Amino acid sequence: MSDGHGHDHGHDHDHGHDHDHDEPVEGALPAAALRTRAIESLLVEKGVLTAEAVARGVDWLVSRTPTNGARIVARAWVDPAYKQRLLADAKVAAGELGIDAAQSVTVVALENTAAVHHLVVCTLCSCYPRALLGPPPAWYKSNAYRSRAVVEPRAVMAEFGTELPAEVEVRVVDSTADIRYIVVPRRPAGTDGWSEEQLAAIVTRDSLVGVVQPVAGEPVAV
Amino acid sequence: MTLATGQRVRVLEGPSVGHVRTPAYVKGKQGTIAGVWGSYGNPETLAFGGDGQPARPLYYVGFRQTDLWPDYAGPATDTVYLDLYEHWLEEA
Repeated sequence: MSDGHGHDHGHDHDHGHDHDHDEPVEGALPAAALRTRAIESLLVEKGVLTAEAVARGVDWLVSRTPTNGARIVARAWVDPAYKQRLLADAKVAAGELGIDAAQSVTVVALENTAAVHHLVVCTLCSCYPRALLGPPPAWYKSNAYRSRAVVEPRAVMAEFGTELPAEVEVRVVDSTADIRYIVVPRRPAGTDGWSEEQLAAIVTRDSLVGVVQPVAGEPVAV
Repeated sequence: MTLATGQRVRVLEGPSVGHVRTPAYVKGKQGTIAGVWGSYGNPETLAFGGDGQPARPLYYVGFRQTDLWPDYAGPATDTVYLDLYEHWLEEA
């Protein structure tokens, strides 16, 4: 059955009671998770992949974090030559900092300036530089963000607390194909003399998508 | 057909059958080539067990918000950029 409410008991999973698969129930799994498990077990049975390879892949993915992006941005803020290399080839620039981006598709860094502010969305699904930053935020995958970011980006950013003057071009970048994007936010005022580590600490995950801008505040001890 | 940066283009209006990466909201709209990413396998066949060949040039294409949404509430200088494959574009 394809309506998400079906109870296909052809797989090896004991229910013994009736419930709606769209609502996760303790001890049970939603339909999509069950389907994924069924496909995975079939692929393992057929020798296409191994359970160990799946576990390794999941471990690798969750080891990717926005910290990678924050380190890259902080270096770009303190080193103009590095920033140029980052804008030319983000994967190579990541590699310079010991961040392995080899498994990633093409990554492009978008520099926010006094004239242009980039905001990244994937209206078709949830494309995100996972191989660099790990899984995307939950809101990034929501239908509300995906549909509204491209129509009323300023209203969406305002809900994140970001208000930009009308002179700044808001450039929404819809990640539709093979390119993944990371935003290089502007370095906030009041951060003169900060160390690279202190700067990295204020580059949040959301600022790498462009919905917020880093705020100086007090430098944290690092 | 090879498109160059700065060239005006129109997005084709064909139906999205299969794994099409051209969103409906830009179909029929005019924009400007802002960059050329190179050639990539065609997702419309890659997604269905095909080899994605021939590879398709992929472009970074910019649109004015006011050309996409007539009642856009923000400044007329706001824009939307997308990555579009050449077979969805024609010269405008």
